[in-house]
Amino acid sequence: MAADTAVAASPEETLESLLREAEALKQKLEEERQKLNDVTLSCVAERLEPINFPNLKLRRVLKGHQSKVLCSDWSPDKRHIVSSSQDGKIIIWDAFTATKELTISMPSTWVMACAYAPSGNMVAAGGLDNKVTVFPLGGSDEEPTARKRTVATHTSYMSCCLFPNTDRQLLTGGGDGTCALWDVESGQLLQSFQAHGADVTCLDAAAAEPGDTFVSGGCDRAALVWDMRSGHAVQAFDAHLSDVTSARFHPAGDALATGCDDSCCRLFDLRADREVARYGKDSIIFGVNSVDWSVSGRLLFAGYSDYTACAWDALRAARVCVLCGHEHRVTRVQLAPDGTALCTASWDATLRVSVASHCTSTASRACSSRPTAPRSAPPRGTPRCG
Amino acid sequence: MVTMNSSEKVGQKAVQQGTSRDSKCVKEDKDIYKEKEKKETTIANLPPNVQALMSTIPSPEESPNYLIYKKMEAIIEKMQDETTGVPVRTVKSFMSKIPSVFTGSDLVAWLMRHFRLEDTWEAQHLAHLLAAHGYLFPIDDHCLTVKNDNTYYRFQTPYFWPSNQWEPENTDYAVYLCKRTMQNKARLELADYEAESLARLQKMFSRKWEFIFMQAEAQSKVDKKRDKLERKVLDSQERAFWDVHRPMPGCVNTTELDPKELSRINVLKARRLRQCQELLMQNNSKNNPIVTITNPQESEEEIQKNAGNTVKENGETSQPETKPECSKTEQEPTIEQQIEVARKQVAVLKARLERRNVRVSKVADMFIAFCEQYAEYDPFLTPPEWPNPWISDTTELWEQEKHCKDPLPVRRVRRWAFGLRELLQDQAGREHFAKFLSKEFSGENLKFWLAVQELKALPIRRVASRAKEIWKEFLAADAPSPVNIDAASRELTRVKVESGKADRYCFDQAQAHVYHLMKSDSYSRYLRSDMYKDYLNGSKKKTSVKGIRSIVSFTGRKDQSAN
Repeated sequence: MAADTAVAASPEETLESLLREAEALKQKLEEERQKLNDVTLSCVAERLEPINFPNLKLRRVLKGHQSKVLCSDWSPDKRHIVSSSQDGKIIIWDAFTATKELTISMPSTWVMACAYAPSGNMVAAGGLDNKVTVFPLGGSDEEPTARKRTVATHTSYMSCCLFPNTDRQLLTGGGDGTCALWDVESGQLLQSFQAHGADVTCLDAAAAEPGDTFVSGGCDRAALVWDMRSGHAVQAFDAHLSDVTSARFHPAGDALATGCDDSCCRLFDLRADREVARYGKDSIIFGVNSVDWSVSGRLLFAGYSDYTACAWDALRAARVCVLCGHEHRVTRVQLAPDGTALCTASWDATLRVSVASHCTSTASRACSSRPTAPRSAPPRGTPRCG
Repeated sequence: MVTMNSSEKVGQKAVQQGTSRDSKCVKEDKDIYKEKEKKETTIANLPPNVQALMSTIPSPEESPNYLIYKKMEAIIEKMQDETTGVPVRTVKSFMSKIPSVFTGSDLVAWLMRHFRLEDTWEAQHLAHLLAAHGYLFPIDDHCLTVKNDNTYYRFQTPYFWPSNQWEPENTDYAVYLCKRTMQNKARLELADYEAESLARLQKMFSRKWEFIFMQAEAQSKVDKKRDKLERKVLDSQERAFWDVHRPMPGCVNTTELDPKELSRINVLKARRLRQCQELLMQNNSKNNPIVTITNPQESEEEIQKNAGNTVKENGETSQPETKPECSKTEQEPTIEQQIEVARKQVAVLKARLERRNVRVSKVADMFIAFCEQYAEYDPFLTPPEWPNPWISDTTELWEQEKHCKDPLPVRRVRRWAFGLRELLQDQAGREHFAKFLSKEFSGENLKFWLAVQELKALPIRRVASRAKEIWKEFLAADAPSPVNIDAASRELTRVKVESGKADRYCFDQAQAHVYHLMKSDSYSRYLRSDMYKDYLNGSKKKTSVKGIRSIVSFTGRKDQSAN
């Protein structure tokens, strides 16, 4: 018994000294940070003109899912969208004509993630089945379901997946708190990424060049930046007050935006290694589910659990526009690859494609040339501007 | 009442929160309070291991929607303030009185004032969300929404708030619906969907329907004894509760959880079950017959009873013995884990301190510069050159991009000058740069860089062989298109390739070196070259398309000569 306590005492001491050290380091880090935190982004950006933002105009409503739409992804061809739903279906849409092209049934309900391959010839999806299944599209007469293949397996639900700039690899994150890189052809695990203390909820890969990094967010309230080569987390951002639900790299690649259940979006800069802006309002009390950037990095789109999506002026940290119309949580906002349209997916079982309508000089050309409604059913909800 | 098995749990919640001291609270509710208060006092007298056990009972903080519920409850609390809140009054109409109500327009106006909102719709939307979550409700409508008019609304009693983690059973719902059919009142008449539900439930619970009916009867008797106005309020609150948990078809069920939240609850439940089992084992080995645990909910109750017994039987004597044991089993494994966690944290913090970070002012300037540079390429800020396909319903823009015929739009070509990254991202730009390099006889750098990029994207099966090919082509001593890199990088790469375990990243250093070389040397020369300038000038401007072909200086012939 006495020996036991002696052994037990030493780790306690080590722990205490470690904690003390960590505390001291934290303080020092904070001091260092304060030195570099000379101004706020929104202060600097005040010299900019406020954006004369056009209305967000609803152009297409994609109806066909029987239940909540949980995830969606644009095809690189800029007109197709893949979406996954709680009813266990994946639908490939031609969003431009607002028609369903293909419906794939999954073995389980709650298909929480889906992704288009960069070539547009493959989609991956998975969820509560703990797996990611890849479906090749086109090329053969065979049904995609006949040619499906399971690539990745997690020990808990799979919450997010994406192809990191290549068809041959798949990056996934799951409820087991890990991210993993898989070889699509063989299903071999190439690299496992372990540092999150809780479920991983979101992923985003950096652009092709320099590539090799990605960001993940989790229920441990942290967003981690990873080096794909070493499998180590190289940067961590932990200013969140609740689960991180979404993370996206800034188009310049040196910063990232996160959405959080605490109803704020945040901008973290990799060069400054800190939070540089926060986007929130008192009247926004519901969590953010998804964020995405406009091409120039001026606008940050966010989808909320309060059934709305909005656009923030990322530099001046002001809300410029609100998109209403969904009747349940907005689970996903994503900009088309060429930045021309915004797709929002919601628990109300619909996806909506909205655009910016510049009704000034270009009005004659763009807006009024075709006053007729698109081929889809006329939109019900009207987007408003706030 | 909706109590039954869940009431126990909720009562505890209520005590923990200490918020629901509403005089309107249902009678049963008060009973539970008394009971729980008693329990509270007894808790203090319990042995520490049992107290530890009590702490494993789910706390409201663990509720997945805790954050949002707290925010809403804070708003509701301010709304209920007697002087600054929403004016609540009892309205007289004809022969009867409508107690404690407020109008939709008062509510919306209050929210506008409180949040300093500019738009009515936003306040109305917020009010709607508060209603949908069951914090307030229209007094005679199953659809929980808020209109900005003179419709009457009422606050829900804290007992029924969703933060109490209600998970009402179908039997409770059956009792409630059954009760409503017993009271012969117009306001209690079942809606169509409710009648359907009742019929369905009756089928489902046919065997214990008698029991359900009896319960309903008993509750209905209790109700009848109440004061008329109080009953009105209580009836409506109970109805609103069910409108939240069994919403009318077409209404959103706000109590649904997603798998992320569910999995977290399950993990917590499992942990609690484990803790209970451990504690129970300790207790059992000392003084009690073995109790097997079937599900966490039951086990908690059993343990509580069990714990009560221990106190009565053993009094304080069991305390000193159980305490060290309990703390030991719980802490010993965690200390090592804690040390591990602390070590990692220190390492991370040190690494962070060593980083050279940029000032925020500088970063801000870079953000602004990027935005200004790219604003014209952002269809949300500047209308695209071709009509937006989603607005015009023509695919002209995409087709133009896809075919990428010469001449390219000037906007696109101009973008190549923003950085090497932009140039290499654009297929056309990459090709043009390759042409330029081959003219300069330095095309192998780009070829090597592209080959390595491609290697990283290969299936793992082909990586090793392709790596060897790349080595032979660009880096080996007798390589046909040698790439110039420093000796150290070459040696490092050689070791990796020749070890036979070449991975996707074996050319990493060499690639970085070559990229830097291209960026600092060839790329800047490319931008200054006539070739790029001519191409840029020759690119199509939307206004003047004529005579461009003649300006474009490079043709297929030059290509051939370079090859």
